[in-house]
Amino acid sequence: MGVPTDRKYLKSHEWHKVEGDLCVIGITQFAADELTDITFVELPSVGKEVSAGGAFGQVESVKSTSDLMCGVSGVVAEANNKLSDAPELINNDPFSGGWIIKVKMSDPSQLDKLMDGAAYDAQIGG
Amino acid sequence: MLQTALYKTHKRLGARLIDFGGWEMPVMYAGITDEHVHTRTASSIFDVSHMGRLYFTGADAEKLLDRVCTRNIAKVKVGRCGYSHVCNERGGILDDVIVSRYEDRLLMVCNASNREKILAHLKTHSAGMKVDIKDQTMSTIMVAVQGPATMDLFTSHLDKLPFKLDEIKRYGFVSGSYWGVQFSIFRSGYTGEDGLEVILPNMAGVLVWDRLTADGGAERVTVKPAGLGARDTLRLEAGMPLYGHELNENIDPISAGCGWCVDIEGDYIGADAIREIHKAGPRRKLVGLELDGKRIARQEAVVMCGDDAIGEVTSGTMSPTLGRSIAMAYVDSEQAEPGTTLSIDIRGTRIDANVVKLPFYKRAE
Repeated sequence: MGVPTDRKYLKSHEWHKVEGDLCVIGITQFAADELTDITFVELPSVGKEVSAGGAFGQVESVKSTSDLMCGVSGVVAEANNKLSDAPELINNDPFSGGWIIKVKMSDPSQLDKLMDGAAYDAQIGG
Repeated sequence: MLQTALYKTHKRLGARLIDFGGWEMPVMYAGITDEHVHTRTASSIFDVSHMGRLYFTGADAEKLLDRVCTRNIAKVKVGRCGYSHVCNERGGILDDVIVSRYEDRLLMVCNASNREKILAHLKTHSAGMKVDIKDQTMSTIMVAVQGPATMDLFTSHLDKLPFKLDEIKRYGFVSGSYWGVQFSIFRSGYTGEDGLEVILPNMAGVLVWDRLTADGGAERVTVKPAGLGARDTLRLEAGMPLYGHELNENIDPISAGCGWCVDIEGDYIGADAIREIHKAGPRRKLVGLELDGKRIARQEAVVMCGDDAIGEVTSGTMSPTLGRSIAMAYVDSEQAEPGTTLSIDIRGTRIDANVVKLPFYKRAE
């Protein structure tokens, strides 16, 4: 079964989906499964600048802590505050309810450099 | 990588496998938190066959173990087990082990990652002694069945056992033959729960795993498989040290809070160094920490008192039972009193942490 094809992917397992002039970012089911039970998500504050190739936060699970990477530059327009009380949303619904931030993009063409669903599937051996 | 005889069972159950001390072992099946909670409320089975199982026979078997162990092995009676450290001359911990006395032999269970090192250490110090060491790690399975429902479930799943399970006392064991298979059952574990650890031949071990985890129908509680991930969070809540985290060759038993497994008057490798540390008092002590907020402190995170670095985290997790972020750390002895407020540097952010008494979790008797 493949990942959703309506979005772009980073090697480090973050998905990027365009909604109007915003880019919604989360992590894939594969990444969520690898992390095991997620216990904490460090969210950036709204208005913070993020840059393509940089980290915008961290996700902690019982086993490990990992950086969350961003594939586009811009400004954080919204963060998923539900994750503060219910980080397990990422494990349960990573492609939808478990989204992490929305970025107002400064250069939407950066998305072209990311992988499509098929390329990401190939990377994770799906 | 080495595999236990239960490897195919883990694959069939869809376990996620990782390298642990050179063994390909299950870290989780259904999920670490679920497995943790099931162990605290019902019963879980863990494959711990990667741990070393070394048997000692011969006239000098006890003499050798008393030479390498911090505990007085002569005092471990038949049918009893004793936790001990094995140290170097400086008192640094080479491994933590459990020694059990049978009628005709002694058993040492050691950590998987230290088995080769311990075998070499034993060989060096047994020169000239009449002792035969048999490593049965590969030919036997060891499973831990842990949790409050364990004793009932074990009895109901394995009928006509040739003895009464509940007559085995904590840190005691029985051995014998069942269905023609040689086995040993210990009332011990590494989870903070009541439970059993069983050693038996490979083939029989696979069958016993299947029998214990067989679905008892919707109404019945069952023994569920649990991996090393849950084993780690369970032992951490129970305040039990793990080699490579709380214990290593630069730490001594006194600093590790394990003075109770040391014969302070004894004559064994490291005894003089340990006596000196005991007399002077350890510079650092192992403590429990409860953190504010939900961040987890990992191994090597620096513990601060004001602006001074006074210690280092050895293990940390989000405790499923307490719903809090907990950690164990070595801190300067002056700051080790329960109630002391310290802080931990978690990747640049200071998180307040209170020293608490270990263990974090203690089961109701």
